[in-house]
Amino acid sequence: MATTNSNDIAIIGVGLYPFGRHHDVSAIQMGVVAANKAMDDAGLGWRDIQVGYVGSLSVMMPETMTKFLGYTGVPISKMFNGCATGGNLLLNTANAIRAGRADIGICIGLDKHPKGAFSAGESMDSTGLPQWYGEVGLTVNPQFFAMKIQRYMHEYGISPATLTRTAVKAFQNGELNPAAWRRSALSADEIDSSQMVCDPLRKYHFCSPSDGAAAAIVCRADIAHRFSGTPIFLRAGEFVTRQYGSIDVQATSFSARATIGASEAAARAAFESAGIGPEDIDIVQCQDTEVGHEIMHLAEIGLCKHGEQEALIADGATSLSGRLPTNTDGGLLANGEPIGASGLRQVHEIVRQLRGVAGPHQVQRELKTGLTHVYGFPGSSCVTILSK
Amino acid sequence: MGKQIPIKEDLFTWPSAAPQLIGGRCPECSEFHFPLQQNCPSCAGRKVDSVELSRRGKLWTWTIQNFVPPVPPYTGEVKSFKPFGVGYIELPEGVVVESRLTVSDASKLHIGMDMELVLEPFRIDEQGNEIISFAFAPIATY
Repeated sequence: MATTNSNDIAIIGVGLYPFGRHHDVSAIQMGVVAANKAMDDAGLGWRDIQVGYVGSLSVMMPETMTKFLGYTGVPISKMFNGCATGGNLLLNTANAIRAGRADIGICIGLDKHPKGAFSAGESMDSTGLPQWYGEVGLTVNPQFFAMKIQRYMHEYGISPATLTRTAVKAFQNGELNPAAWRRSALSADEIDSSQMVCDPLRKYHFCSPSDGAAAAIVCRADIAHRFSGTPIFLRAGEFVTRQYGSIDVQATSFSARATIGASEAAARAAFESAGIGPEDIDIVQCQDTEVGHEIMHLAEIGLCKHGEQEALIADGATSLSGRLPTNTDGGLLANGEPIGASGLRQVHEIVRQLRGVAGPHQVQRELKTGLTHVYGFPGSSCVTILSK
Repeated sequence: MGKQIPIKEDLFTWPSAAPQLIGGRCPECSEFHFPLQQNCPSCAGRKVDSVELSRRGKLWTWTIQNFVPPVPPYTGEVKSFKPFGVGYIELPEGVVVESRLTVSDASKLHIGMDMELVLEPFRIDEQGNEIISFAFAPIATY
């Protein structure tokens, strides 16, 4: 069935500056490398790029990359939506093409962060949260994530072993992925004996901030055959902010009346737009800031029922050889999170998995459709559905 | 000798032997929120009434903050930092509020337990004043 936006946009190139700690390389330089790799993948050059969207927390004006890529006059706009930035960059590039502004565009995410939990800084003004909330120590993302999974475990019977199995899987995938930051597998014992950060979540249940960049080249699907990169089609993409009552990061209060969260809303809209259902998804990259959110997001996206994760994960369903391979490149746990780049790392991975060229962590069966999902402060989410 | 100063005016009733948080209630959709803000976050209505919220509720979820929160914005003790409990408390009005907890021992916290609002000194400022903030305490333990 034809839908409003199926198969009119193709991704023809992806590039990655592997995530990690790169003290001597600026975020802008990482962005330039990722863009060049994406252009090489597509078989085109910077002069072919007619529109671009760039995302970064740490770089105020990432369009300064044009100094290094070439001063061609191309309109490059910045957007930043926290952890949901990457997906939204892809959507906005696609929308500019749909609007007839360009035939070929680029989206680039790039970032670089200090170690440790993200800080709002001295003033809470830019967070929309009160100053006293920060002063007393409530503006801490790990704290919120811990409280959400704590309740979820209580309500749906998820065990601590399932948290740890999810981390074991992430580091196993990272060990296989040459581009991952954390390349050593960890045993369940090592994870369970790591420091308690915020109950019930331990150190190795969390990702860390990191440095890196990712890029994708997008074009009108009807001209995709002109370029060398095997096209992957953007079947749907939706970006949403939360509704009142949802339990989304962060909240001084929320309503006891149950409301779906931002991730669920974005996923429902994306499936409706694509005209397919969760049963059609062969592979998924979802926001795994910590293991709790990978587990909860699987159900929020609609890929399983709430509580089913306990059995699914014990059966290995989310591993590379399982029914629903999840965060196949090691996800945030093994790659860390340069916030502005993270969503496009997911797109990079899905595109390469669908093409069958992911490398040692390639899923060993035919994949047709993949899903990317990013989510974060202040309760916003972006879901994209990509198909061969 | 310093004074006792609330961390924020109009956040809770002060001074008060039986303190209450000050939130908002929307006359259009009847939803509550905390702290009080100008527009209703639920229906986007432009008129919100100030209300004093119930002192007692049930623990909806909790965690222990085991590391020093990023400074700034955190202004609490760093050198002698002690882990503290944090939770969401469901109040009878149908609103769930986030708060520090008086308890930081995981074995003494469980979802559904009865909690009550208390005011307590959070820190001492440069002039020697006690900055007062709010927390929820398990009802059975005091």
